[in-house]
Amino acid sequence: MSDTLAIENPSLEDPKIFQFHQEQAGLEVDWFKQAQQAAWARYLELPLPVRTNEKWRFANLSRLRDTGRFQPAGGELSQVTVDRIVKASHRFKEVAGRIILADETLAAPVELDPELGKKGIIFTTLTDAIVKYPELVQKYFMQQSPELGSEKFEALHVAMLRNGVFLHVPDNVEVDRPFVIYNWTVRDKGAIFPHTLFVAGKHAKATLIEFQESASPGTEHLVVANAHLFADDGAQPNHTIVQNWNQNTLSLQLNTNNAWSDTNAKSTLINVGSAQARQEVHGKIFGSGSNVEMYALNVPTENQEFDQRTLQTHIAPNSRSDLLFKNALIGKSRTIFSGLIIVEEDAQQTDAYQTNNNLMLSEEAEANSLPGLEIKANDVKCSHGATTGRINDSELFYFLARGIPRNKAQELMVFGYFEEIVEKLDNQELADYVREVVQHKFMD
Amino acid sequence: MSSTQDLKPDTQPDLNIERDVGNFHYDTQYEFDAGVGLTEQTIDYISDVKGEDAWVRQFRKKALKTFLDKPLPTHWASKDLENIDYEKIRYYLSKGQRPSRSWDEVPDEVKQTFERLGIPEKERAYLAGVEAQFDSEASYSNMKEDLAEQGVIFVGSTEGLKEHPELFKKWFGKVIPIGDNKFSALNSAVFSGGSFIYVPPGVKVKQPLQAYFRINAENFGQFERTLIIADEGAEVTYMEGCTAPTFETSTLHSAVVELVALKGAKIQYITVQNWSANVFNLVTKRGLAMDGAEIKWIDCNIGSRLTMKYPGVIMRGPGARGEVLSIALAHDGQHQDTGAKMIHAADHTTSNITSKSISIGQGRSTYRGIVSIPRQLKGCKNNTECDALLINTNSRTDTYPAITVRGNQSTVQHEASVSKVSAEQIFYMMQRGLPEDEAMSLAVNGFVNDLIREFPMEYSVELKRLIDLEMEGSVG
Repeated sequence: MSDTLAIENPSLEDPKIFQFHQEQAGLEVDWFKQAQQAAWARYLELPLPVRTNEKWRFANLSRLRDTGRFQPAGGELSQVTVDRIVKASHRFKEVAGRIILADETLAAPVELDPELGKKGIIFTTLTDAIVKYPELVQKYFMQQSPELGSEKFEALHVAMLRNGVFLHVPDNVEVDRPFVIYNWTVRDKGAIFPHTLFVAGKHAKATLIEFQESASPGTEHLVVANAHLFADDGAQPNHTIVQNWNQNTLSLQLNTNNAWSDTNAKSTLINVGSAQARQEVHGKIFGSGSNVEMYALNVPTENQEFDQRTLQTHIAPNSRSDLLFKNALIGKSRTIFSGLIIVEEDAQQTDAYQTNNNLMLSEEAEANSLPGLEIKANDVKCSHGATTGRINDSELFYFLARGIPRNKAQELMVFGYFEEIVEKLDNQELADYVREVVQHKFMD
Repeated sequence: MSSTQDLKPDTQPDLNIERDVGNFHYDTQYEFDAGVGLTEQTIDYISDVKGEDAWVRQFRKKALKTFLDKPLPTHWASKDLENIDYEKIRYYLSKGQRPSRSWDEVPDEVKQTFERLGIPEKERAYLAGVEAQFDSEASYSNMKEDLAEQGVIFVGSTEGLKEHPELFKKWFGKVIPIGDNKFSALNSAVFSGGSFIYVPPGVKVKQPLQAYFRINAENFGQFERTLIIADEGAEVTYMEGCTAPTFETSTLHSAVVELVALKGAKIQYITVQNWSANVFNLVTKRGLAMDGAEIKWIDCNIGSRLTMKYPGVIMRGPGARGEVLSIALAHDGQHQDTGAKMIHAADHTTSNITSKSISIGQGRSTYRGIVSIPRQLKGCKNNTECDALLINTNSRTDTYPAITVRGNQSTVQHEASVSKVSAEQIFYMMQRGLPEDEAMSLAVNGFVNDLIREFPMEYSVELKRLIDLEMEGSVG
């Protein structure tokens, strides 16, 4: 594809890549440059993951060991491509704001409802925010880590980070319409490192929806993305990522959800794309009276591997966390769900739940489930459950008896199975889109 | 009113109430002593004393190499394993090779030990056969005559390999290969004692066969090896109990137990482990179940400093069934790291795991499990339930299951919950005049009750009493 007008980029293997990349970015903010420098040194120093590490148990490591050929994105895209991307980045009638990034570059000017700007909301690209609000960004940037095994890739992410989104909702501001990010990969063999920082002030309420897509199905990509959510006292942030990179993408998504007191923080992952997607989510609860919800809906098909690791850490007493990860496996796909609830000594009166369901729709699919608990306080309600099973024969019979063909019946039942997650999205347009995406996977 | 919230973190439950029974020790003159430390010479010494065939010696030496080469599994297991000093351990100690066949022949001090543990008494009461192991060798072994007439073999491992190689060699080290883990390799290198049992086709041993394991010497490692073969359609129940006196330094118990249930056979294996709190109890137990066979592990872990034990069943034949029932009680300074492995390797195999753990004081109980339906099998089922009860505010519990399922013809369910004794329950009972500790005991017994009902009667009575005793003083 001749999408690119840019010069040839060095690959990740090139020893000069870091210097080249930093010069290209041209960001003259000292703390940020230093953070990148330190991260690059850490990246070179840290070993690649090995299977004997519990955090990589069952994972397929061969692709992760072979990322040298990817080139961090740079240069400009052709106007035709940009126009096509902007046109496709339109899924909601009304939004509070919209940012479209193609290979980490703005494809269209940042959109933000001016009324919201007046209320003090910041919604801009991360590089813009680093320049305009260096102290505010620094306060949150990489302050938390998932701590779930991808330290090397996290370091690479920080070192190579070129863009992302910064959403800051000040205290007591509530926004109903969603903020929307469209992240596109374009160039073949391109690597991108998008970073989302979502800060909700005291009693603030906002929704951020992130779409991850590829401009064409045939290109190959490496994506190491981060998303960090900070919910101050009483905040109600809602964050959804729809991961739909093309099927030749190796993607890592390293997230943290940080909640202080009396929050209602929700994050949802919808996974349909990538050849292999590794996702880490660490929900940390620092305050009391909070309710942290983490959901995922995953439809792997063909040879896709979805490897999800989660942590729910209760540091403060009297909070609640709920995790529900649902998979429907088709073809030769594989899933790994490894979840852990940690209740620290002081976190009495914790309610923590974790559920992983695997619906097996083919003879060759493989589901691995590692639901864990580490409880150091006694006055808690904690439970986890994992089920792996198939479509209920008697329910299927009921459909068939009413003349509904087997395929259609199966599809309907899978929809019913996923509806539990879809209805938690709290946004009709998003819910419709997710249903559509899931249906698409069944038609492939 | 009182609630468990009010329990002081430093509440010190009296640990030794029941372990006292085993907490005594005699100075014993050992006829054979392999000395301290582990080298090829230790192996030669053991092999020479036992007069073993060359293949056994070779097997041991190969295992020693594997043991030395293998790293400790501390990337997932407790770092406490690093505190075992293999150079200080004595690997073989015995007073003689042949176990006594009648109670009268047993040397006095050994007799006193077992008298205190109540073996002859229990034997008289109902047991079909008893074997008692004192340090490295069986010191007493007996079986009812009618069983011998039916062809049942119940001997020590030394005798089994020597007298019946045609029966035991076929399966020895096959269910648990040398290199399965570091401690199975260690056992394979220095094993001594344990039971070899063969039950001929169709023979149903009505009463349980029983073994007692006793560590008497300080800095000693006990490495018994048990192999039970139930031929087609045979049935057998085996029970083992373990005790040791409390020494200042740590003691190592690392057994390997292999079970083979041929077509339609049933094996039930019951363990009540009450080692003293200085014992590292690192045991590998696995059964192989052929067509329609059933293997059931009943496992109670009350004592020891660190127990790592995950009884497993490989369901090799269609329709095979595996079950693990496990109760663990962890007190201050104890870590019960127990669980189960269920490997489904044929169609229509079913397995069930029920695990209940109680953590008292700063005790830590861990459930670790594997359920694997690796190939595209039909109609396999697993159901796992893990419940943990935390008594004090600083008690700890963990759950680490790993479940792998391939294909859409099988179903697996895993459920785990963590709870404490509810303040309402205790209040309700105290309101009716029960003191707090009795109320607590009753609540804990209620927690394990449905599992204890699965045990043979003698054991369930004993266990309930043990729990009562362990709970005494745990309410501050």
